[in-house]
Amino acid sequence: MIAVQNLCRRYGEVVAVDDISFAVPAGEIFAFLGPNGAGKSTTIKILTTLLRPTAGTVRVNGHDVVTEPDKVRRSFGIVFQDPSLDSELTAWENMEIHGVLYDVPRKQRRERIERLLTLVELWDRKDSRVLTFSGGMRRRLEIARGLLHHPKIIFLDEPTLGLDPQTRNQMWNYLRELNRAEGTTVFFSTHYMDEAERIAARIAIIDHGRIVALGTASELKQQTGGASLEDAFLALTGKHIREETAGGADMMRAFMRGQMKR
Amino acid sequence: MSKIYILWLRQLKRYLRSRSRIVGALAQPMLYLAALGYGFGSVFQQAGQGSYLLFLTPGVVGMTIIFTSMFSGMEVIWDRQFGFLKETLVAPMPRFNVMLGRTLGGATVATLQALIVLVASLLFGFRPGNWLMLIAVVPCMFLLSLLFTALGTAVASALSDMQGFQMIMNFLVMPLFFFSGAIYPLAGLPPALAVVVSVNPLTYGVDALRGLLLGASHYGFLVDLGVMLGATLLCLWFGSRMFQRIEA
Repeated sequence: MIAVQNLCRRYGEVVAVDDISFAVPAGEIFAFLGPNGAGKSTTIKILTTLLRPTAGTVRVNGHDVVTEPDKVRRSFGIVFQDPSLDSELTAWENMEIHGVLYDVPRKQRRERIERLLTLVELWDRKDSRVLTFSGGMRRRLEIARGLLHHPKIIFLDEPTLGLDPQTRNQMWNYLRELNRAEGTTVFFSTHYMDEAERIAARIAIIDHGRIVALGTASELKQQTGGASLEDAFLALTGKHIREETAGGADMMRAFMRGQMKR
Repeated sequence: MSKIYILWLRQLKRYLRSRSRIVGALAQPMLYLAALGYGFGSVFQQAGQGSYLLFLTPGVVGMTIIFTSMFSGMEVIWDRQFGFLKETLVAPMPRFNVMLGRTLGGATVATLQALIVLVASLLFGFRPGNWLMLIAVVPCMFLLSLLFTALGTAVASALSDMQGFQMIMNFLVMPLFFFSGAIYPLAGLPPALAVVVSVNPLTYGVDALRGLLLGASHYGFLVDLGVMLGATLLCLWFGSRMFQRIEA
C-alpha cells in the first residue's frame, strides 16, 4: 500500500530524511517511532504530497507521489500535527467542508459528523466558532475531522499529542474498528513507546532521518536483547527518547542540530 | 463542482462574518471620495473637465476592487500561517480546482465590497449616466475582481510568511492603483507615464467602469473588455501554476 525507496529530503544543506526505504502492506497498522526532529513529519508530508522528495521514489496505493499526486490524494486521509482548522468557521462547518472535499455523501456526512463530534464531546459546541475553542478542543475536532471520510490509508502525525487519555482511547478504538471493518491501512508517528507497542503491528524506529530498525515490537526487543521497547530504543539509538512537546516544524530542529554538529 | 462551491462559500462566510473588515474596507474609498472628490472638484471644473466626483467614483470603485481582491487572493498566506491551507492541499481534487474555488470566492467578496462602495457614492452625489447600466457594471466588476484575486493568489503562493505582504502592498498594489488613471484622466499624460498606465490592467478596468457608468471611456469598451479578459486568463493561469507548486 505504501512503498518507499531510497527516499531523501534536504532543506538546503540540512538532510531531514536520509535514504530511507520501507513498505507497508494493505491493512497494516504501522508506526513511526522517533524523537522530535527525527524526520517523521517530513516523511509523512512527502507521503501525502505536501512536500516533494529530493531523491528516491514513493508510491502510495500504487501511485507515484510526484507524477500522480491527484491519484495519491484520492487514497488517503490525514490528521496533521499542527493545527489545520479554519478558526473563523464553526466546528460543524469545518467538518462539513472536509466531508464535501472528500466526497462523503450528504446523508452519511450528517450521520458521521454527529457520531464523531459526539465521540470527541464537541456535539453541543458544533455551532461555535473554532476560535472560541481551547487547544484541547481544537485537537479533538482535528481528530474527528480526520476520521470523517473512510480512505484506504489514514496518516496520523503525532495524533495523540496534547490529547486527553479518554479521547486518546476513543480515537484508537475507532481506528482499530475502521482497520478491522474496512481494512484501512493506518500509518502513524509517535514518540510514545507504549502507544507504538500497543497499537502498531510493526514499528520503524527513525532517528536523524534514518530508519535504524524495523519490525514487530517483540522482534525489536529480540534483536537488541532488551526487555522492553524502551531498552530496544536505547540500544538502537544510544539515547532515551526525548519527552519534550513537539510544536513547530521539524525542519527548524533538524537545522539547529545541523548547526551544532559543525 | 460541489467542492469548488464549498470553497467559494467558505470565502464568502469568512467575509460576511467579519464586520470590521467590511466597514474597514469602506473607510479608504469614502476618504478618497470626500477629500479628493470634493477637494479637486473646483480645479477640475475650471479645467473644463466637468464634475470630478463623477469622474473619480469609477476610479474609487476600481480601487476598492484591486485592494479587496489582492487582499482576498493573499489570504493564502493567512491560511498557510493558520494551517487551513494544508487541509485543502491534500484534498482529493486537482489543485487547480482548489485555486479556482478560492479565487471565485475572493472575487465575489471584492465585487460585493465594490457594490457597497458604489451605493455609498450615491450619498456623495454620484449619479450614473444611465441607471440601467448598473446591471452591466456587476459582471464587469466581477471580471476585474477575478483578475486581481488570481494575481494575489499567484503572488501569495510564492511567499512563505506574512512579511512579504506589506512589500506587495507597497511595491505592487499601490503602483497599480496610482498608475491606473483611477484618479486622473488619461488624456494629455507625459509620454513615460502614458506608457506605464497603458500596460496596467487596472487602467482598462477603470476605463470600462467609466464607460458603463458615465458613457465616456478612453479606449472604448470593447478594447477594455478584451484587455481585461486576456489579463484575467493570464493571471488565472499564472496563479494556478504558482498555487500548484506550493509546498507546506
